[in-house]
Amino acid sequence: MAFLDFANPTRFLRLANPAIPWLGGVTLLVFAFGIDQSMLAPDDYQQGATVKIMFLHVPSAWLGMLGWGVMTVASLGTLVWRHPLADVTAKAAAPIGAAFTLLCLVTGSLWGRPEWGTYWVWDARLTSELILLLLYLGVIALWRTVDDPSRAARAAAILTLVGAIDLPIIKFSVEWWNTLHQGSSVFRLGGSTIDATILIPLFLMAAAFTLLFVTLLLAAMRNEILRRRVRTLHLMQASAAS
Amino acid sequence: MGATAHLDFIAAAYVAAVIIVGALIAWVTLDYRAQQRTLAALEDQGVTRRSASTRADRAIDRAKQAAEEQA
Repeated sequence: MAFLDFANPTRFLRLANPAIPWLGGVTLLVFAFGIDQSMLAPDDYQQGATVKIMFLHVPSAWLGMLGWGVMTVASLGTLVWRHPLADVTAKAAAPIGAAFTLLCLVTGSLWGRPEWGTYWVWDARLTSELILLLLYLGVIALWRTVDDPSRAARAAAILTLVGAIDLPIIKFSVEWWNTLHQGSSVFRLGGSTIDATILIPLFLMAAAFTLLFVTLLLAAMRNEILRRRVRTLHLMQASAAS
Repeated sequence: MGATAHLDFIAAAYVAAVIIVGALIAWVTLDYRAQQRTLAALEDQGVTRRSASTRADRAIDRAKQAAEEQA
């Protein structure tokens, strides 16, 4: 079966329907293990127990960016290849990515207060992350504003591609500008600066959050396909009545 | 620094995660049920997708043909 065959919504539903509960189960197990290991992880020598907030903050930051990455690829699919599932994917990913970005900002703020003495500071990393949340809200609003899904998809795809500029800004903000937010400590040249006793639970939580993201994305895509079927049936009903 | 230092901030972060992720799961689940309910209601009213009804018609025709051949 060619990869593009999965673009058929009916075939997608046939694959997604049995996969979603299984993925949900695996997500739950990985979360249970990840949370257990996070709670058993030692305190940081400088930050103490507040390092436990990192197990939520860092994966949610990654997934907030991954969500926009998924939307960017899907937007190319919409604008260039008119892939049948591309705009379904982009629309479904937006609220999920927005939720993870919000979680990143909230947990970061709660981590910042004891460590920096403030909940918020307008430094480059925090501001670019806030811009990502606003971009998500803008795309969601755009989808809700335009009635015709194909017109909404094209408009949202353009906004998504423009907004993708924010992703490298978020990533490199701590290197390009002098920020209160710490520099990269996980994926960096020369290896991670985090000890394995903390790094392993972090990766476990990242795996759990990623599985949650995939499960929710598939479920939201399924909902969107059904919503479009409902819309088609309503249009058919209206045209039959007139 | 003790394990319980800033426990309120740690607890608040985990509570926020439960609320945000919980809301996301609830939204996806409730939306799925709502779409399924609406689709079922439309099908009850006899509104079906053309492709689905065509496929069903073809299956009925094939079954009728097979029954006639057997008879």
